[in-house]
Amino acid sequence: MPSRCNGRVTAPPDDCLARNEWLCGAYLRTRRHIVLDAVLQHLQLTTASVLIGLVLAVPLALLARRWGWAAGPVLASTTVLYTIPSLAMFSLLLPLYGLSATLVVAGLVLYSLTLLVRNILAGLRAVPEETRQAARGMGYGPIRLLLTVELPLALPAAMAGLRIATVSAISLVTVGAIVGFGGLGNLIYAGMNTYFKAQVLTASVLCVVIAVAADLLLLGVQRLITPWTRAARG
Amino acid sequence: MTTLVDAWAWLGDPAHWAGDDGIRHRLLQHLALTVVCLALSCAIALPVALVLGHLGKGGALAVNLSNAGRAVPTFAVLVLLLLTPLGRWGEGPTVVALVLFAVPPLLTNAYVGMREVDRGVVRAARGMGMTGRQTLWRVEVPLSLPMILNGVRIAAVQLVATATIAALAGGGGLGRIITAGFNLASTPQVVAGAVLVAGFALVVEGIFEAVERLAPHRRRGP
Repeated sequence: MPSRCNGRVTAPPDDCLARNEWLCGAYLRTRRHIVLDAVLQHLQLTTASVLIGLVLAVPLALLARRWGWAAGPVLASTTVLYTIPSLAMFSLLLPLYGLSATLVVAGLVLYSLTLLVRNILAGLRAVPEETRQAARGMGYGPIRLLLTVELPLALPAAMAGLRIATVSAISLVTVGAIVGFGGLGNLIYAGMNTYFKAQVLTASVLCVVIAVAADLLLLGVQRLITPWTRAARG
Repeated sequence: MTTLVDAWAWLGDPAHWAGDDGIRHRLLQHLALTVVCLALSCAIALPVALVLGHLGKGGALAVNLSNAGRAVPTFAVLVLLLLTPLGRWGEGPTVVALVLFAVPPLLTNAYVGMREVDRGVVRAARGMGMTGRQTLWRVEVPLSLPMILNGVRIAAVQLVATATIAALAGGGGLGRIITAGFNLASTPQVVAGAVLVAGFALVVEGIFEAVERLAPHRRRGP
């Protein structure tokens, strides 16, 4: 409905922002910078937590495989960590890190760790014993065996874990809004308190877009670094 | 360490257990939300999964739904639902969001479980003259029960987590103790609430672990 001109000097603007519509191009135009900042923070928090998780998960998985007795406790403790809801996880870390981005990253690292350790361990265990023996017979030492035979063969399973961990982390970052470091979650949280529909919908859709894009990107990387899986299928 | 002691003291204070914002009421709310939504989601997802699995159709949908569910942030869905007209219905948005996030793991696990039943066994059942319905109830469902139960367990843990986040969007449950703690800038209350939520989630997981151990094992091979 067009706004009636009632003679006031500053008539209220009658655009989709003023009408509080779900879909609003003016929202993106006028608040491009805060959306961009939120997306950047979202990406930084996700990347940091997944990378730290990966750096910690590889040695843990190797240890769990090297010493069979360690596998049980490692898997059990990561399962316990994964069961704890994200809001509670962030809250439990509050005394350690305070209201900081580190808190969100630390919480997300713990979740990524679970998924990555599981998948890397499964990948390493799935390496056929004959392949290992063949490599040893060709004179491969333990380090060379690990780096050039076992880890590459564990890659598809590890990459599957990495994709799940990344997509989950992108979705969980939003809960970080409780401490003010939630990337797009901050916009959703603020939008909820002010009943700002366009902001909530835009931020939510961007979250899903980022998750899907990250998943496709990692799938592409996986295809590039494991060309033999395609050759075997084709 | 002092925070943990303070959190323990907070939990021990009888004043924090009574009343509408008290621990007892929040605990019951959380339990009711989890149980009701688990029952609702099972009632929606399991019949669909069993029929699809029996017919061997819609596999791509059943499997991809789980992956899609992971990409959608729970918090975003809760807030989106809150801003729709549904938001005026008290716990309405929470219940809908909880069911939405519990259905995918139920559907995927039950479907995969049904399809993993040995085709030879199904054909043998047919050969013995069993009808489709008999094959479903006497052969396929019993054999896929471990996978179906696993789906229920994942859904239950997911429900507990989602119900906690619901507190951020004004829903009830144990998460409210945490969000109230943040609003009061009371770290002991935040930690005490988190301990309650984590304990609740672990108890739910433990119950399913026990049920799976006690259930008769019909699994074949590794």
